[in-house]
Amino acid sequence: MSDQSDKNGMTIHLKIWRQARGASQGNFVEYTVNNVLAEMSFLEMLDILNEDLVKKGDEAIEFDNDCREGICGTCGLVISGVAHGTHAGTTTCEVRMRNYSDGDTITVEPFRAKPFTIIKDLVVDRSSFDRIQAKGGFVSMNVGSAPDGNAVPVPKEAADNAMDAASCIGCGACVAACPNASASLFVSAKISQFSWLPQGDPERTRRALLMVEQMDAEGFGNCSNHGECEAVCPKEISIQNIARMRREFIKAAFKG
Amino acid sequence: MTGNRILDAKIPGGPLADMWDKHMIDSPLVAPGGNRRKRTVIVVGTGLAGGGAAATMGELGYNVLNFCIQDTPRRAHSVAAQGGINASKNYQNDGDSVYRLFYDTIKGGDYRSREANTYRLAQLSMGIIDQSVAMGVPFAREYGGTLANRSFGGVQVSRTFYARGQTGQQLLLGVYSALVRQIDAGTVKMFPRHEMLDLVVVDGKARGIIARELTTGEIKRYEADAVVLATGGYSPVFYLSTNAVNSNATAAWRAHRRGALFSNPCYTQIHPTAVPQMGDYQSKLTLMSESLRNDGRVWVPKAPGDKRRPNDIPESERDYYLERRYPAFGNLVPRDIAARAAKVECDKGKSAYYSDQSVYLDFSEAIGRLGKDVVGDRYGNLFDMYNEIIGDNPYETPMMIYPAPHYTMGGLWVDYNLQSTIEGLFVTGEANFSDHGANRLGASALMQGLADGYFVTPRVVANYLANADLVNTSTDAEEFKAVENDVRGHFQRLLNIKGDRTVRDIHWELGRTMWDKVGMARNGEGLKEAIGKIGKLREEFWQNLKLTGNENDLNKQLEQANRLGDYLELGELMARDALMREESCGGHFREEHKTEDGEAKRDDANFTFVSAWEYTGENQEPVMHKEPLVFDNVELKTRSYK
Repeated sequence: MSDQSDKNGMTIHLKIWRQARGASQGNFVEYTVNNVLAEMSFLEMLDILNEDLVKKGDEAIEFDNDCREGICGTCGLVISGVAHGTHAGTTTCEVRMRNYSDGDTITVEPFRAKPFTIIKDLVVDRSSFDRIQAKGGFVSMNVGSAPDGNAVPVPKEAADNAMDAASCIGCGACVAACPNASASLFVSAKISQFSWLPQGDPERTRRALLMVEQMDAEGFGNCSNHGECEAVCPKEISIQNIARMRREFIKAAFKG
Repeated sequence: MTGNRILDAKIPGGPLADMWDKHMIDSPLVAPGGNRRKRTVIVVGTGLAGGGAAATMGELGYNVLNFCIQDTPRRAHSVAAQGGINASKNYQNDGDSVYRLFYDTIKGGDYRSREANTYRLAQLSMGIIDQSVAMGVPFAREYGGTLANRSFGGVQVSRTFYARGQTGQQLLLGVYSALVRQIDAGTVKMFPRHEMLDLVVVDGKARGIIARELTTGEIKRYEADAVVLATGGYSPVFYLSTNAVNSNATAAWRAHRRGALFSNPCYTQIHPTAVPQMGDYQSKLTLMSESLRNDGRVWVPKAPGDKRRPNDIPESERDYYLERRYPAFGNLVPRDIAARAAKVECDKGKSAYYSDQSVYLDFSEAIGRLGKDVVGDRYGNLFDMYNEIIGDNPYETPMMIYPAPHYTMGGLWVDYNLQSTIEGLFVTGEANFSDHGANRLGASALMQGLADGYFVTPRVVANYLANADLVNTSTDAEEFKAVENDVRGHFQRLLNIKGDRTVRDIHWELGRTMWDKVGMARNGEGLKEAIGKIGKLREEFWQNLKLTGNENDLNKQLEQANRLGDYLELGELMARDALMREESCGGHFREEHKTEDGEAKRDDANFTFVSAWEYTGENQEPVMHKEPLVFDNVELKTRSYK
């Protein structure tokens, strides 16, 4: 591990996508950041760059970020061609500069997909995910009508499987990585979570039909089993969820 | 300055256990259907308190306008809570009850919270678990299919429900699922990427807000019959905290400037287990869940200045100082005590090798007892997070931790109905002050968020709407235009400074002053120094801030500058409150007021009250009013975890 006393800073070259708000096109702009420390996060490096830009009178680079600990799903950059960077199982904000070497050149782009329009620079619109979830990613259970928490036992294995699927943070990396810009991993994670739980059972047919229908309406592509989504997913959501979604959908379609 | 207003909490009276039920029976209702649809409620924030209230009031049929600064409601900062949520279910048959949860919370808060609110919180805790389970929240389960529990700091029962180390995320996604259902049904209109910048008061009542659409910079007026603020706490006043970088106090502070009193601002929680501070480039501190103290043992080397690697330090040369000082609770003492104890050791020069502000959290005993798999099952995601940041493996080498600003118990003053001193303005969750006193116990923030969101807010707002005598108004009214002009003027003022120092640079300096002088230990001299320094820094901010870009665009530098201006006022108020409170209680530790063995020493005769500060104008000294705290059910004792 790196000692705090180890202050040998790296020089990092960046090619960052800049796009004005409302513009239909953007371009890469080259920057260099000096004295980058191994223990810095990738976003802290961008903070330093932004400080330099503002001091020079230039506009800061806009990028979405919030919790900076990998749970809120706000951040999302394509780092040298890979959504959230090459380090497996992490979000952009969790990427540390110890994964890079002095003199490296890194390209930084937004998550690109037709339904994810670019708002400015590296910030994209992912509101399509909300509209998909609004079609069935819930249990219709108004506050006040719930039975006792232990009234319905749930086998540990089912609860664990539901939790695995529920870990999705809705960042959209799966879409950005997919050659077809499919949202199947995101949608299937939510459908799977409820399919494992008895609470999700009464609405499973409607849920599968309506969420898939909305996914298509938003303009996401079809899944053709590339598996890129699973490879970049910061929460390592399994592609098995997509198979599960297909079963749910086919069963639902027959019931219709 | 001390004012002479005595605040009335409007506690219903009667026995504690019947109070909430009786209050609900006594409260008038709004009839379903048209009468509710005609009522508009603005809810600001989509965390457990805000999102929960918006969804629930949508279910009831009100017309809800819900605002959040995030790009989607699912990212509110409740998402980051890790360890769990308390409920007095007594599923473990270990002697838990509503009263015990109430008592633990009052004691944990060092007898500085309001009995009636805290009791209601304990009562409602059970319904939260039922509701969340029914909505498909995947809580941890036992093999028999029942819900699992774990222990948390400051209590001797096992009442914490959890979903791995992501309990906040899962509860928030439950709230979010209910919310999007209402959005689709048309009862809730959602305004993501919108920031509330001011409150509009008409005829003495909160009737709307001014908000800015963050991607376009467009500033607009929104009108309603009542306004609910669920906008979280103010820990980022320290710059480095465990909060998300966009978490801010602006909505609450602007309401304060419009007349809502601000209570107990000095009660801040410094969480004992965060990854230590690393350098001045840092943007935040990462929390490592309190649940780690269930199995992790905290220690420092016995010899000051011992910088050997932890595995080279033999057992006999380690000081497990929490186990030594607090044998009854050991590593599971409450947060304020654990945090301060770490500072005491580090101040003596005893620290982890990494820095003089770090201690060890060691899992070797637990791994020996339970095996690596069980420990991994419980804490694996936290160990992975730690490994990413520090580059070290906690399965093999003890973790290093240090306290970090995490939660703020202070907030806008509210009565039993969660109504602020402005009629029609309700304040819920972390944004209010009412339930946790001077220190919050672990796994109680999620409990308060959902109690307020699902159960309390919908009831008390209905009660208000059924009674309220509201004048006709609209967004074209002069009151709305005047407040909008203030907001626009404020932005122009920021953009016209054209100085040399960046937002981050000034915020960092504020944060260091707050951490050094208004942090884990405070004294009169330091607090006076802080008040002077913050005043000067505020002057510097208004004369020498440098911004680029413009207001009609996505401009995060401008957003942060706008928030920092408020923190520069709030920080000073925190120091003033800490200076006024000549006692130590919970998270507020005055070095002048401690027992012989270094524990917090309260002064119940003089300080059993809630401070409630009134804003009197920019750079004007605020006026303090009081709400006396009355304890009818709990005897005030010296808090001991020994």
